[in-house]
Amino acid sequence: MVDPMIPTPYRVEQVRRELSDTFTLDLVPEGGGPRVDFQPGQFNMLYHFGIGEVPISISGDAEDTERFTHTIRAVGSVTKAMRGLKKGDTVGLRGPFGSAWPMEAAEGADIVVVTGGIGLAPLRPAIYHVLANRKKYGRFVILYGSRTPADILYRKQLEKWSARLDVYVDATVDTSSTDWAGNVGVVTKLIPRANFDAPDTVALICGPEVMMRFTVKALQERGVANENLFVSMERNMKCAVGFCGHCQFGSQFVCKDGPVFRYDQIRSTLKVREI
Amino acid sequence: MVQVEGLDKIIAGHPFFEGMDDDDIALIAGCGTNEVLEADRFVFREGEPADKFYLLRSGAVAVELHSPGRDPVVLETLSDGDIFGWSWMVPPYEWSYDVRAVQLTRLVSLDAKCLRAKMENDHTLGYELFKRFVPIMAQRMAAARLQLTDLYGNPEG
Repeated sequence: MVDPMIPTPYRVEQVRRELSDTFTLDLVPEGGGPRVDFQPGQFNMLYHFGIGEVPISISGDAEDTERFTHTIRAVGSVTKAMRGLKKGDTVGLRGPFGSAWPMEAAEGADIVVVTGGIGLAPLRPAIYHVLANRKKYGRFVILYGSRTPADILYRKQLEKWSARLDVYVDATVDTSSTDWAGNVGVVTKLIPRANFDAPDTVALICGPEVMMRFTVKALQERGVANENLFVSMERNMKCAVGFCGHCQFGSQFVCKDGPVFRYDQIRSTLKVREI
Repeated sequence: MVQVEGLDKIIAGHPFFEGMDDDDIALIAGCGTNEVLEADRFVFREGEPADKFYLLRSGAVAVELHSPGRDPVVLETLSDGDIFGWSWMVPPYEWSYDVRAVQLTRLVSLDAKCLRAKMENDHTLGYELFKRFVPIMAQRMAAARLQLTDLYGNPEG
């Protein structure tokens, strides 16, 4: 059995600049061979040798068995150092860890993805899954919010998905000048006008916690049941296996019991300000 | 007269007036006019008399704030089924922002003096309209507050 605390070396296969502070790494096992399987919603611990380790959601396709794809925002010392990684560099990888989006349980239902900012990254594997298994799901709605038009993550992919006849994509930005012809306003504004059957909808939500709270409220007002709302939480994860307690969230650990939670299972904890 | 009859149906079909009594709809329609704006035409500009209230039938408009020497800032966009403009209810009845059509846009405008007079004469109608305005104003204020928090900004600042 592999020790979950020991990182496996992975080689940087490709680096892509996504936004001014956001980049994507494709990682393949050092020495070749397939990577470990993962489920949409899970994360890996990435170790920049000599600097530190950070939890990063997997943003690639689960069907691509050769590589892990991670989209990273450079906000702390480790992720800022990772921005300097180049093709051929080596990182340590532990994982995958955590719970997954309920892709199997949601079969037959309409799927509504509501996300903002870099929150689209942990949802992209779920989007790939629905698109690859399109007949298993009802209507598919992707609602995305970002700070400005220049901050839209995976913009070309959003445009490509939007061009499909079996996906409804709507995007908005919080602020813009007049050269942007799209929506301006918060992402929750997109919910009332999206076409989905609320009582038979599973919603997957990822973004800043405040955004998720207001999104949950807007989806509840549309009639989506609490047990069909799923959120991906973010906390300071260290060991990733529920030993260290860094990411304790009430009675649960975000690393082990999450990061994906069913809303009705954590709704009371979400109201506790000190957590 | 033909136009007013047509407006009855259009107004009754707009989400803002959903479920409203037919007589009240007919009364309100008497204040209404259909308008069509091409993209980039301004519906109104800041400081102009707020003499209308608008139902957005189709298309999209941008609520904008102009500042000398800087590019205008789009505060929010509105689309099919939305309403805009409530400065007509608040003295001195002047628009606080610019509103520009961002695409071909179809509107119903309701004459403010006409509507205010009807609401003043029939307080039940006035209260009914206010019950419809207030939740929208509350939603817009909540959304504006969320926008102010810079949700997706760098957590390090």
